[in-house]
Amino acid sequence: MGQLCPVEALRGTRRAGFPYPQPRVLQMELWITQLFNGISYGALLFLLAGGLSLIFGMMRIVNMTHGSYYLLGGYVGLTVIWQSGHFLLAILAGAVAIALLGVLEWGVFLRRLGGQELGQVLTTMGIALIFQDLGLVVWGGEPHTIRVPAALSGSYQIGSLFFPVYRLFIIAVALVVGTILWVVLERTRLGAMIRATVDDAEMARGVGIHVPLISMGVFALGACLAAVAGVVAGGFVGVYPGADFEILPYAFVVVIVGGMGSLKGAALGSLLVGLLDNFGKAFFPELAYFTLFAPMAVILAVRPTGLFGRT
Amino acid sequence: MRGARLFSVGLALLLLALAPHVLSSYLLVLLTQAVIAAMLAMSLDLLLGYTGLASLGHAAYLGLGAYSVGVLTTQYGVNFWGTLVVGIVLAAGAAMVFGLVALRATGVYFLMITLALGMVVWGLAQRWVSLTQGDNGISGIPKPHLGLPWSFSTSTAFYYLVLVGFLVTYTVLSVVVHSPFGQSLVGIRESETRMHTLGYHVWLHKYIGFIIAGAFGGFAGVFWAYYNGFVSPTDVELATSVEILLMVALGGRGTLLGPALGAGIIVLLKNLVSVYTQRWLLILGAIYVLTIIYAPEGIVGAVRRWLPGNKAMALRGRPIGQLEL
Repeated sequence: MGQLCPVEALRGTRRAGFPYPQPRVLQMELWITQLFNGISYGALLFLLAGGLSLIFGMMRIVNMTHGSYYLLGGYVGLTVIWQSGHFLLAILAGAVAIALLGVLEWGVFLRRLGGQELGQVLTTMGIALIFQDLGLVVWGGEPHTIRVPAALSGSYQIGSLFFPVYRLFIIAVALVVGTILWVVLERTRLGAMIRATVDDAEMARGVGIHVPLISMGVFALGACLAAVAGVVAGGFVGVYPGADFEILPYAFVVVIVGGMGSLKGAALGSLLVGLLDNFGKAFFPELAYFTLFAPMAVILAVRPTGLFGRT
Repeated sequence: MRGARLFSVGLALLLLALAPHVLSSYLLVLLTQAVIAAMLAMSLDLLLGYTGLASLGHAAYLGLGAYSVGVLTTQYGVNFWGTLVVGIVLAAGAAMVFGLVALRATGVYFLMITLALGMVVWGLAQRWVSLTQGDNGISGIPKPHLGLPWSFSTSTAFYYLVLVGFLVTYTVLSVVVHSPFGQSLVGIRESETRMHTLGYHVWLHKYIGFIIAGAFGGFAGVFWAYYNGFVSPTDVELATSVEILLMVALGGRGTLLGPALGAGIIVLLKNLVSVYTQRWLLILGAIYVLTIIYAPEGIVGAVRRWLPGNKAMALRGRPIGQLEL
């Protein structure tokens, strides 16, 4: 895996010699900073995994390409920034391009692999490798950073605490996306159709819901959100080869912990994973991933379908 | 059928035994790698092919075996037998713990949970720097010392050692899958409910199969570390787990030699193609996709379909993934 660890970069300034006794105020500050960083990382994870959770819940597709959407989304955004300098346009372009890519992949390969887990894993893994190599051919091997507009750089200061604007922006984006998804899912006819398909695809088909179309739409949505996450992440951890497989396990973990097909679960799961990852790396650097994956195994041992998952 | 099988196994073994006298040293090194990968693929096949459980964390056992060798030889000077025992015990122990968690689930959930458990081991390899050297990996693993009068530092001698390991793996797994226990695993693959109704302790059988697969994964991992002289988190990562799955699927699930063949093909292609082009990942990716499209039941399945008199058997083999996972 890559040399650049996203979470490490996200954590910002590392406070030297942490576990040793410190004045109470500093301890407090550290906790608040870590909490804030954990939440903002969780927000990024929510963008990445919210759609994936719906895809899982609805189609039971194990999609190893999801990390590639994140990476390629970042790359497309990068190119658009280079050409136009427009940050919002970059996000939009990445989202649209990757949504189309997702629809293509779904239509050509995944549609016919329904219910075949092994076939899905291997096909999507193959496609992910192909994407990885194409990304390398087109954008080269160097890490790049997406230039963030001036309005989003800098940080707010409260007392002696600094809150980077860009992290607040990510939290805001996640909140907006989450709210829209929630409203659409819970309050609209379309949302009812999606929920019905997640609950029981056969029955949904029976009552006249066009399940393949709904599935395709949700797949596109998941790919699109992953791409948004990729562009946004490009603003502070950068876009680099290997980011796809680095972020993929996180997306899966969020979905498993939260429960497949549950938006609420994805939100809570993202927050939990973001915090666990951040605090784990700050307090137990040697066991960092262990503190992330082990609690997850415990959750699964108690509730194999995740916190909010249905069987 | 049985005669033909014995004949082909015998022929393959003869060829493998004679290989060092025929092949160039480069090809012999590749063949050694292929044989180790074959051990690994066969161990996973016990789960995937015979029990119908697709595990996305098999590289964890490879890693546990390999890191046992890495740590014990470079820091404690332990000989081959010590590392072998520790590697197998550690992998089997991990499988015992993982099995408790993973076997509560089926289908996609099983895939995801094994993936996560594999990531636990990867995370330790990556982050427990004082033990594993983190990203840099452990280098300088010596050639194995078995306490025997001859040395295994030449590539030919090491090849024969690996071949013995392969034979042990093949023999034990072959006995397992043909035993009543192995047949019960196949029964579970075909219909868990039926086996349950017949009075089998389905969970326990799956659990034991899970542990055996893990133990042999660790066994292969020990050889893997000695072969490379180096262990790093790449050996444990998700992509490695998926690659082992590909080896099994490409060769043919539910046959021991199929996955071994699949492993050989992947290893040879990987090394030979990357000599000619840098676009190896592209080709590997294409192999993944093409396998699922054109040979869903693997090479062995495809061959069986074309052999006369085996039509019935070919029909019995179901397309990939339509297992009761």
